Amino acid sequence: MAAYVLRRLFFSVFVLWGAVTIIFVVLRLVPGDPAYIMLGPDADQAQVAALRAQLGLDHSLIQQYATYLSNVVRLDFGQSFRLNADSMSLVLQRVPATVQLASTALLVSLLIGLPLGVVAALRANTWIDRGISVFSLLGQSTPSFWLGIVMILLFARGLQVLPSSGSGSWAHLVLPTITLALPFLAILVRLTRSGLLEVVHEGYVQTARAKGLLESTVILSHALRNALIPIVTVVGLQFGALLGGTVIVETVFAWPGVGRLLIDSIGRRDYGVVQASILLVATIFVGINLLVDLIYGFLDPRVRLAGD
Amino acid sequence: MTSTDLDLTTTAVPRPATSTRGRAGSARIRFGLAVIIVYVVAAAIGPWLVRFDPVATRTQDRLKPPGSRLSDGSLAILGTDQVGQDLLAQMLQGARISIAVGLATLLLAGTIGVTVGLAAGYFGGWLDSVLMRLADIQLAFPSILLAIFIAALLGPSVVNVVIVLAVSNWVTFARVTRGQALTTRRREFVDASRTLGAGTWRLIRRCVLPACIAPVLVVATVEIGHVILAEASLSFLGLGTPASTPSWGVTIANGRNYLADAWWISTVPGIALAFLVVSLGVLGDALRDRYDPRLRSL
Repeated sequence: MAAYVLRRLFFSVFVLWGAVTIIFVVLRLVPGDPAYIMLGPDADQAQVAALRAQLGLDHSLIQQYATYLSNVVRLDFGQSFRLNADSMSLVLQRVPATVQLASTALLVSLLIGLPLGVVAALRANTWIDRGISVFSLLGQSTPSFWLGIVMILLFARGLQVLPSSGSGSWAHLVLPTITLALPFLAILVRLTRSGLLEVVHEGYVQTARAKGLLESTVILSHALRNALIPIVTVVGLQFGALLGGTVIVETVFAWPGVGRLLIDSIGRRDYGVVQASILLVATIFVGINLLVDLIYGFLDPRVRLAGD
Repeated sequence: MTSTDLDLTTTAVPRPATSTRGRAGSARIRFGLAVIIVYVVAAAIGPWLVRFDPVATRTQDRLKPPGSRLSDGSLAILGTDQVGQDLLAQMLQGARISIAVGLATLLLAGTIGVTVGLAAGYFGGWLDSVLMRLADIQLAFPSILLAIFIAALLGPSVVNVVIVLAVSNWVTFARVTRGQALTTRRREFVDASRTLGAGTWRLIRRCVLPACIAPVLVVATVEIGHVILAEASLSFLGLGTPASTPSWGVTIANGRNYLADAWWISTVPGIALAFLVVSLGVLGDALRDRYDPRLRSL
């Protein structure tokens, strides 16, 4: 197990290094002086010169890359010219709001998506299953920014039962959570359904039934538990889409999280904050996938032995 | 998922698996294709029938609800927007942009992905390792974030959206092509061609590439819905197509400021967008079930 943990840990660090490098390369590939691009047309000569010095633009590319890496390792993304504060600490202030939104959405998706998937699989090819399939297809195809607007129209403007934007109370959390959760929930329903249908004819399920166990025990503790193992990995990967979705949902509902800060900062060319937000979200995502991989290795010993 | 579970033609009487196998999802394929053809035709000829002028402003016709008669006597079936533009005309123009961006992105992402996948799968070795680790890194990075970052630096334009979305979508094509190339290059007919003196380039082009085309087309159908949604999301955030080229995302974003007076500006294009993406999803799933059930997990 230790070798497996080390291998996964190494891969995570590797991926983060890759993400940092992609950001560095993209910043240099865009035509024009990065300092000018980052500061925009309104910047004066002194600001450009200061940023050029900070980024080390007068040195060779390799030296620039080294400077960049050492800055990233020290979580130093420079000062935000706009908000006059350290970029990384600005982003960190916004993390709790995003984590609250994402984890509520995740919880809601699991609580609704798993049971719906189980029901669809148990009633496969009936009208209940078709109804759930249609719901899941709609959930995956509906643009979330549009769904958010429609829900604001219905529940905030029309019925006036929920606030349309901002944060602070549980009522504020309802609409953003539903908007963020729906696509994830839809995928979860599909995965649970197909996963369960695949194991339901396995020998161990028939054995459990033959032993005379209750049907609910057979499904929940014999079939579903095994069906969930591959789902865990996909859920981890899809969580990235959910994190990406927070950017859109936070913009629609004026939710004060990292995603909204990211879009505001892009509008104001505050690229230190932009890089810090993107790397932070990527780190959360990589961390969650590391956790998922470790859980997977724990649940299914074949995985951790495969590479040894 | 079984091949017939979403098939609307499936009756309660179970049919022998062999007879349904060949025609899995026929109804879904017909439905999906029909809807998509309607969209493509509307996008192709619509803007000629209903003129759209991006710079025209008619203040007397601002924010008219669907079905209104405008000052020049014409009927605004879907209403008008905040500058008096006919919403239907704007949406037909938007359909053009969304579909064109989707197709161009798939072409670019497909070309990059298939090339990388062929190189990795056919040559194997260190090249395969390097390319596939690169793909892993990209998959471990939420693709919308990468798109937002690149789009923010490049600035909003139609060409940039295509580049951005292609860069964040080539991996699926690469993986599928690589898998197919890996299995095909070991087949007897490839060995036979090699023995007869076919060069590497000819083997890739005439033996391996044709085997990859069917799964790549299936992937393309599944992906195009995602790409069109991503384009709309980027445009909604102000990072996609510029305001002068009103894709659906731009129109929906514009309507946000007029929710109290004109609900139709944001809602109607969203319905059009969702229905197109649903149809593409239905078609993609059906094609996958019929031609390549191994790709189920996409």
